[in-house]
Amino acid sequence: MAGADGDDSLYPIAVLIDELRNEDVQLRLNSIKKLSTIALALGVERTRTELLPFLTDTIYDEDEVLLALAEQLGNFTMLVGGPEYVHCLLPPLESLATVEETVVRDKAVESLRKISQEHSPVDLEVHFEPLVKRLASGDWFTSRTSACGLFSVCYPRVSSTVKAEIRQHFRTLCSDDTPMVRRAAASKLGEFAKVLELDYVKSDIISLFTALASDEQDSVRLLAVEACVSIATLLPQEDLETLVMPTLRQAAEDKSWRVRYMVADKFSELQKAVGPEITKNDLVPAFQNLLKDCEAEVRAAAANKVKEFCENLPEDNREQIIMTHILPCVKELVSDTNQHVKSALASVIMGLSTILGKDNTIEHLLPLFLAQLKDECPEVRLNIISNLDCVNEVIGIRQLSQSLLPAIVELAEDAKWRVRLAIIEYMPLLAGQLGVEFFDEKLNTLCMAWLIDHVYAIREAATCNLMKLVEKFGAEWAQNTIVPKVLGMANDPNYLHRMTTLFCINALSEACGQEITTKQMLPVVLKMSNDQVANVRFNVAKSLQKIGPVLDNNALQTEVKPVLEKLASDQDMDVKYFAQEAISVLPLA
Amino acid sequence: MAGPGADMQWCFSQVKGAIDDDVAEADIISTVEFNHTGELLATGDKGGRVVIFQQEIENKNLPQFRSEYNVYSTFQSHEPEFDYLKSLEIEEKINKIRWLPQKNAAQFLLSTNDKTIKLWKISERDKRPEGYNLKEEDGRYKDPNSITALRVPVLIPMDLMVEASPRRVFSNAHTYHINSISVNSDNETYLSADDLRINLWNLEITDRSFNIVDIKPTNMEELTEVITAAEFHPLHCNTLVYSSSKGTIRLCDMRESALCDKHSKLFEEPEDPSNRSFFSEIISSISDVKFSHNGRYMMTRDYLSVKVWDLNMENRPVETYQVHEYLRSKLCSLYENDCIFDKFECCWNGNDSVVMTGSYNNFFRMFERSQRRDVTLEASRENSKPLQVLKPRKVCAGGKRKKDEISVDSLDFNKKILHTAWHPQENIIAVATTNNLYIFQDKVN
Repeated sequence: MAGADGDDSLYPIAVLIDELRNEDVQLRLNSIKKLSTIALALGVERTRTELLPFLTDTIYDEDEVLLALAEQLGNFTMLVGGPEYVHCLLPPLESLATVEETVVRDKAVESLRKISQEHSPVDLEVHFEPLVKRLASGDWFTSRTSACGLFSVCYPRVSSTVKAEIRQHFRTLCSDDTPMVRRAAASKLGEFAKVLELDYVKSDIISLFTALASDEQDSVRLLAVEACVSIATLLPQEDLETLVMPTLRQAAEDKSWRVRYMVADKFSELQKAVGPEITKNDLVPAFQNLLKDCEAEVRAAAANKVKEFCENLPEDNREQIIMTHILPCVKELVSDTNQHVKSALASVIMGLSTILGKDNTIEHLLPLFLAQLKDECPEVRLNIISNLDCVNEVIGIRQLSQSLLPAIVELAEDAKWRVRLAIIEYMPLLAGQLGVEFFDEKLNTLCMAWLIDHVYAIREAATCNLMKLVEKFGAEWAQNTIVPKVLGMANDPNYLHRMTTLFCINALSEACGQEITTKQMLPVVLKMSNDQVANVRFNVAKSLQKIGPVLDNNALQTEVKPVLEKLASDQDMDVKYFAQEAISVLPLA
Repeated sequence: MAGPGADMQWCFSQVKGAIDDDVAEADIISTVEFNHTGELLATGDKGGRVVIFQQEIENKNLPQFRSEYNVYSTFQSHEPEFDYLKSLEIEEKINKIRWLPQKNAAQFLLSTNDKTIKLWKISERDKRPEGYNLKEEDGRYKDPNSITALRVPVLIPMDLMVEASPRRVFSNAHTYHINSISVNSDNETYLSADDLRINLWNLEITDRSFNIVDIKPTNMEELTEVITAAEFHPLHCNTLVYSSSKGTIRLCDMRESALCDKHSKLFEEPEDPSNRSFFSEIISSISDVKFSHNGRYMMTRDYLSVKVWDLNMENRPVETYQVHEYLRSKLCSLYENDCIFDKFECCWNGNDSVVMTGSYNNFFRMFERSQRRDVTLEASRENSKPLQVLKPRKVCAGGKRKKDEISVDSLDFNKKILHTAWHPQENIIAVATTNNLYIFQDKVN
């Protein structure tokens, strides 16, 4: 890069460097994102001796700049001279690991974890491990929380003396004064346990786990539940009962609903981690209690896990456990006082039918489905309807159809348009499962009624729904059932309904194919070009542009072209605009 | 910590703010708060400004002149706004300031007006970058062709600069006026309370908060009480209290349920029928509630008294202190001039042995709990010579006025001390009169 042209190539880099301290955050951010370009131009030596010291001290900057910097530094190893010099990146990342903004700290820790792998075992002990120690014994909790995430990456690669020190540091942080640090330690407990020797897991981790799980702060105890999963996975089955279960039982009955919520939320993971025997003896009663918890949030979280929990029960007596222990609780939840609980249950309950088989489903689950289909809360009914496919496989949907219909009709006419919107979205699915006859007989009128709903979002969804139905039932069905009705609306006195005709045509033309489009739809569209309302006329132009590709060339030239030309000289500006646009897009020349 | 407050002599240390008598509305101090070490003292005013004072490092040569507070940072925390949907003006007045426990070299505080809570970072900077490639230090641009080598900026020392920057804005969660904010001992969440609701926030999340208490009746005509103050327990992360305009305090346990509409304890003193009057309900309204530092007690302030409650006893307070009982006969005129609705705050000293609260005529009161002794002091320009000892004041309720006593009728009700703060470790107090901040300290012999 020497010689006269050196100046040319230096200039952009010079700009980038100067903008590292520009007053405009966006420019600083851009420069930081091109840090590798700067480093490349400076060369490894100057990057190490000048750029990194400067960056180490720039922690005053905005979060987004610091975040970008923390990320860049994780990929900087080659730019400072390779693994041999990777430790030069530690000082800036160390200062980033102490800033108050969690996202920045987390990114700095992520980058530190990444570059720790590029340290040789010797460098790890000489440079990296002292940094972890400094952070772990820092004055401010920000640095100590960052330290928690670094123990597990250096532990496996250091000597046994250093390992002992690391374990000691981790222990200290687990009993730190500030809840922030204890939370960070609790959330890294599982990860740290994974890299420890089994003996130390039993001696060290278990006692830390027990202590954190009985911490005075709810927010610490609930994180111990998560650690429980990883710890239980590490221990041999015979030790679980003595080392983990007392704490887990305690957590499931914790005084704070947030901790119990966490247990409910992690229930499937816990179930897998402790294995079938403990599940049978301990988790089944615990799960029953969570389903009956006094706090609705906990019941809802547990209700969400019903299907997964039942699925993962040991197969030999799965059915018996569900029928005698779980189903009675589920029955109660169906008439819970809280609608979130009911709707959580409704979103999974149908899944039980595959597990329990046809007879049990008909005898025990069907009444529950039917009850939920009549629930006062629309979300519950919707959740049942959206999962109909599971039942269909087991008992066929006919069993349900008598109750299904009133539920659908009621949702379709719900006063809240978001509810109507939700049920429209399930229509294609329902149509597929109920079959064309049932649909024509019972549901077709609903689908047409939505086209004249007073909320635009519903009319729009209704058009889209028609398209999906045509894709399912075919063009012939469309021609006989829906096309006449849609085209009939073209004479409606309400111009919004006339426009709906156009929107439907836009959506349906492709699915209906050339013949129906040319013979039935096109004449209607062309006729509407004389509409009094300008909005209708420019939508005619837009529709013609849309259905043009479906039409044959003859129709385009002889019928579409004259109409568009007429519209292009319309008095209304918008009509002109869209007509001209259509002319330029369609192959009319 | 030095001895108790009441028999201790207090002396003047500093006064902040303008001297002249005509007070600008914007300069009226609306909140005073020490940080957790006492090194910093923040005030908020009706103009939406926050002023932070820093305690100077003690001067070894002049031990009696310890620890003056000087301005460290001043910034505009809130601006006046207009809610176009409700056609409501939103004042910029700072209702409350709360410091966060220190997390790194910077300091953080929450400040709130009626609607919006902001998290501010106050940080120091003592280095600045130097050296450009494309321009000289004085800003003149260089000829781009003259660049032959790249220059990386270096950081050089500069005069200390204190910056306040807004880090988070927590808005759109309160329909009514925010009266309290309180940081939880988990260092992760805080609460904000308005007249009818209490919301729980995560300090890092601004776009959502959880409503944990809602006392709004379905029909607003059935409204009989409002929330006047709320605070988290200093040690138990699950416990919070809120006081009401009916004179009750409810304690909620957040472990029991996600919604704390059902309180787990209700602190209420049965009304004394002999004192019953038209004003009973107004004067029993609680204007402030504060947990003691050790978490065992809480103190409430109503119009005429300060009460200390043991958290384990709900049916009556363990201590009741009369702040200005002589006003009981004046309630009618205090009602007419609206003073009866003044919201006096109260505070504990560092080891919970003394409580302090304000009164009228720029008087403030201290009650020493174990000795049951009290004192009335005055914040005034007249005795504002350095280290001048404050003379206890006495108000004469009626009958013959002794020498040195002030008659009730000559009290100035426009001069009121609503906001006071006590240094968390030392005997240093900050007392806000209308637009002045007085700092007093105990006399060092």
